[in-house]
Amino acid sequence: MERPLKMVCRNVWKLYGPDPAAFLRANPAPTNEQLREVGMIGAVRAANVQIGEGEIFVIMGLSGSGKSTLVRCLSRLIEPTGGEILFDGEDLLAMSEQELIQLRRKKIGMVFQNFALLPHLTVLQNVAFPLDVQGVPRATREARAHEMIETVGLKGRENYFPRQLSGGQQQRVGIARSLVVEPEIWFLDEPFSALDPLIRREMQDEFLRLQGLLKKTIVFITHDFDEAIRLADRIAVMKDGRIVQTATPEELVMNPATDYVAEFTHHIPRGKVLSLRSIMSPGTGDGPYAGDLKSTDRVADVADRIEAADHPHRVLDDSGTPIGTVDGRAVIDVLIGRRASE
Amino acid sequence: MNWRRLISPHALFWWGLLAVTWILSTTSFQLYKALDARWIIRFPKAWEMPMESWISDAMRWLLEDATFGLFTFREFTRFISAIIEVPYDVARAALADGFVQGQGSNAVEIAPPLSWIAIIVIMIVLGRVAKDWTLALLVGACFLYLAMFGQWDSAMVTLASVVIAVPIGVIGGLALGILSFRIPWVERALRPILDLMQTVPVFAYLVPILFLFGFGPVAALVATIIYAMPPMVRVSTVALQTVPAEVVEAGKMAGCTRRQMMWKVLVPSAAPTLMVGVNQVIMLTLNMVIIASMIGAGGLGFDVLSALRRLDIGGGIEAGLAIVVMAIALDRVSQAFSTRLPDEVMGRDLSYVQRHPWFTTVFVVVVLTYIAGLFAPAVQDYPEAATLTTSAFWEDAMRYVNVTFFDTFEAIKDVFLSYLLLPVKRFFTGIPWAWGIIAAGLAAAKVGGWRLGVMAALMTTFIAATGLWTKAMITIYLCGVSVFIAYAIGVPLGIWAGQNARANRWVGAFIDTLQTLPSFVYLIPVVMLFRVGDFSAMIAVVLYALAPAVRYAAHGIRAIEPQMIEAGLVSGCTRRQLLWRVKLPLAAPSLLLGLNQTIMLALSMLVITALVGTRDLGQEVYIALTKANTGQGIVAGLSVAFIAIIADRIVSAMARHSKERLGLA
Ligand SMILES: Nc1ncnc2c1ncn2[C@@H]1O[C@H](COP(=O)(O)OP(=O)(O)OP(=O)(O)O)[C@@H](O)[C@H]1O
Ligand SMILES: [Mg+2]
Repeated sequence: MERPLKMVCRNVWKLYGPDPAAFLRANPAPTNEQLREVGMIGAVRAANVQIGEGEIFVIMGLSGSGKSTLVRCLSRLIEPTGGEILFDGEDLLAMSEQELIQLRRKKIGMVFQNFALLPHLTVLQNVAFPLDVQGVPRATREARAHEMIETVGLKGRENYFPRQLSGGQQQRVGIARSLVVEPEIWFLDEPFSALDPLIRREMQDEFLRLQGLLKKTIVFITHDFDEAIRLADRIAVMKDGRIVQTATPEELVMNPATDYVAEFTHHIPRGKVLSLRSIMSPGTGDGPYAGDLKSTDRVADVADRIEAADHPHRVLDDSGTPIGTVDGRAVIDVLIGRRASE
Repeated sequence: MNWRRLISPHALFWWGLLAVTWILSTTSFQLYKALDARWIIRFPKAWEMPMESWISDAMRWLLEDATFGLFTFREFTRFISAIIEVPYDVARAALADGFVQGQGSNAVEIAPPLSWIAIIVIMIVLGRVAKDWTLALLVGACFLYLAMFGQWDSAMVTLASVVIAVPIGVIGGLALGILSFRIPWVERALRPILDLMQTVPVFAYLVPILFLFGFGPVAALVATIIYAMPPMVRVSTVALQTVPAEVVEAGKMAGCTRRQMMWKVLVPSAAPTLMVGVNQVIMLTLNMVIIASMIGAGGLGFDVLSALRRLDIGGGIEAGLAIVVMAIALDRVSQAFSTRLPDEVMGRDLSYVQRHPWFTTVFVVVVLTYIAGLFAPAVQDYPEAATLTTSAFWEDAMRYVNVTFFDTFEAIKDVFLSYLLLPVKRFFTGIPWAWGIIAAGLAAAKVGGWRLGVMAALMTTFIAATGLWTKAMITIYLCGVSVFIAYAIGVPLGIWAGQNARANRWVGAFIDTLQTLPSFVYLIPVVMLFRVGDFSAMIAVVLYALAPAVRYAAHGIRAIEPQMIEAGLVSGCTRRQLLWRVKLPLAAPSLLLGLNQTIMLALSMLVITALVGTRDLGQEVYIALTKANTGQGIVAGLSVAFIAIIADRIVSAMARHSKERLGLA
């Protein structure tokens, strides 16, 4: 990943309990037993994360694994007990309250699981709220808010109150509000978990469409692996406060670091995750070939073509150089979950 | 803030109403002179309803002629007296007077009351059983204080009333609560009655009770029970209604009969909440027992009252402190019982003594001190020689404070009087009654719809037509100013406590203490420092009514969803913006409920402050009480209740609107 780093966090801890800071100073790397002994809860433990500019970084894990806590440390909504967080190379934890407010006003947007819309404000006022607290003149901020509302597809409902909207619509307002200041980094804490599956799907598409337009750096939290692989460039899997693996969806499926991760990836239709690069037989023979495919194509997207052909397909990398071949059997292996036929 | 809201059509209505009222209020006297129309400032005598004498006649008829067929009304009241009097006499004998045989001068004592040592041990054991040794020690120390400072006898008389009133209040309340839980129409019928009971000032029902039951402890107990029972009814109903549906279903699946369902499933599940009700009954009882000393309850309340009348500083403070100490002890014990975990199951093969160690201890101590008391009087009664008195100390302290700070106090008082109290008083008392009726109706209709408007106008008319207009306006002015100040102090305190855990501990302790004190107690220091008058009344009311303002504000802030606050933070709010633009709007319904409670408490306290010489409706009730004039008392009491009801409905409607605005309703 050759992107410049937008956000880096090193060895971040968040402990709850009696005087956690002193405890962490005395034990810089406490084990589970040590924590249990003194009655501390390790909500986030030794988290290391590097997020590149323009990347969709998904944090996933089961309920209670510390995802929300981690993302709130990254936005400093809660104070980490220990560790270091850099934003554009600047030490986030050293910032004064004033600097932090300025940073949030200009560079950070956040979307919440339960929408967190201010119920006494209209859609328009909610979306304009971050500009309002900055003192942006009314005409400017409302024009900007109108634009955002249109982008998320809520034109015509500017004067509704949040309670008059459906869950999906409310979250669109939440998204518009978080984007109205054109933030550089965008945090989303389980933004679609409160929605029913169909709407969730629709919102995910909407999210991808927006990201295609805006190209933000994104930290997205979910407990739903399907959602993670649909959206993520990279995924960090958390368990009991620790990040067990950080990798692309494909790597996670191919090489799960632990049984826990494997358990997650187990039921996933692999064809949707894996690209041809992962399943091809390397090296090219002499053909004949049914055609050429790109190494980044997802298996599921091209499975029909490969299976229908009498011959294998050639796999080309980004520069168009052939790097391997793929045939119907390899595709079937993937689709029925058989280990690759060596 | 959004200034444009101040000139919206909505706001213009209120500005207009205020402006017209103000103009009429300041010019009403000139108008009357210019037009020679006295009716402008005085409700015409000829139109006045002789409510007072109607009611008095009705009461007389009740007592003298009314009959239920089988028995007369008088026999009915005698019957109730007897039911209460018998256990009360026993309790009083056991705690304070001793058991005697015979009447008057040839009475012979057959057994002394429980010795002071026995009672202290009982209280310690109660504390231990309820929670732990810390509580036991606190309670023991409280009662030892009563003995050492010479308040024992009065305190025991008060305790006897509490011991009788609380069980009756609790059982009666629970019974009514169960009935209204089971039978919907009972609930519908009870609700307005309970509402009225909580808004009619306590003094007002002292008068008819005095009339029905005569001066004495029984009348006082009846009043106390009537006063203390409504919260128990409410708490019981709510507690039963909020037992989770699954628990009830589990009971049904286990095959419970209706009776088993009530006593084996519902009541035990609701027990913790029910104990909250019991605690309320105890605190209200203690509060009322003191007020009821005016109609013959005796005890500590009587001591405070007579000290206040004599302006006996030291005596008043001593008796007042004794009440506080007793209130704290009883409050903590009953609260501990409500959070007590069930006992661990004990072996069945243990003997009775082993299974009931505390009961046995108490029994042994009672018997031992009884025997020892026959020979050593100091065991029976706390030796007089060993009592301490702080009376002189308080007297000196007060004198010192008064002498040293007299000018400061007077200056403060003057500033308040001339810049706040008197102008507001002039404004309210100047309002011509006719416009008052219209304004009350308009304001209520604007907030709560035309029905509420009509109701408010009718109630205001009642007040005007019974000739109490000026006194009612004085009541509103005193109440308004006090509520304003209590709110202005209480809400910031509450917000502070809601945002800050440490502040919450301190403010919480302070508010708990304020709430434990019976309303009377506030009068003592205030009168000592500022003498009688509106200013003293205002301070006492502010102190008494502060608690709900703080509580509700803190609760409203704390109940805000954390995500809302985070949303504000990531939007870049400063602390100040966060408070004004996120927290306060979200806490608005809670703040309004707090305002409502503050008004209710202020009104009930105002009636008590009539003792320090305000000229409001409270004074009217108080006069009625001293003259035992039932009609006058009831009419004035109803007027206060009407003011309370109008205020309650208006503020509740506002709270409802604001909830709707937030999408909570
Ligand atoms: N204020 C707190 N005090 C004590 N423990 C806390 C606190 N906040 C969070 N925790 C604990 O930290 C752990 C992680 O919580 P967190 O909310 O980050 O989980 P999550 O992964 O976001 O779960 P979910 O999917 O349910 O939102 C939990 O075990 C939780 O109990
Ligand atoms: Mg979470």
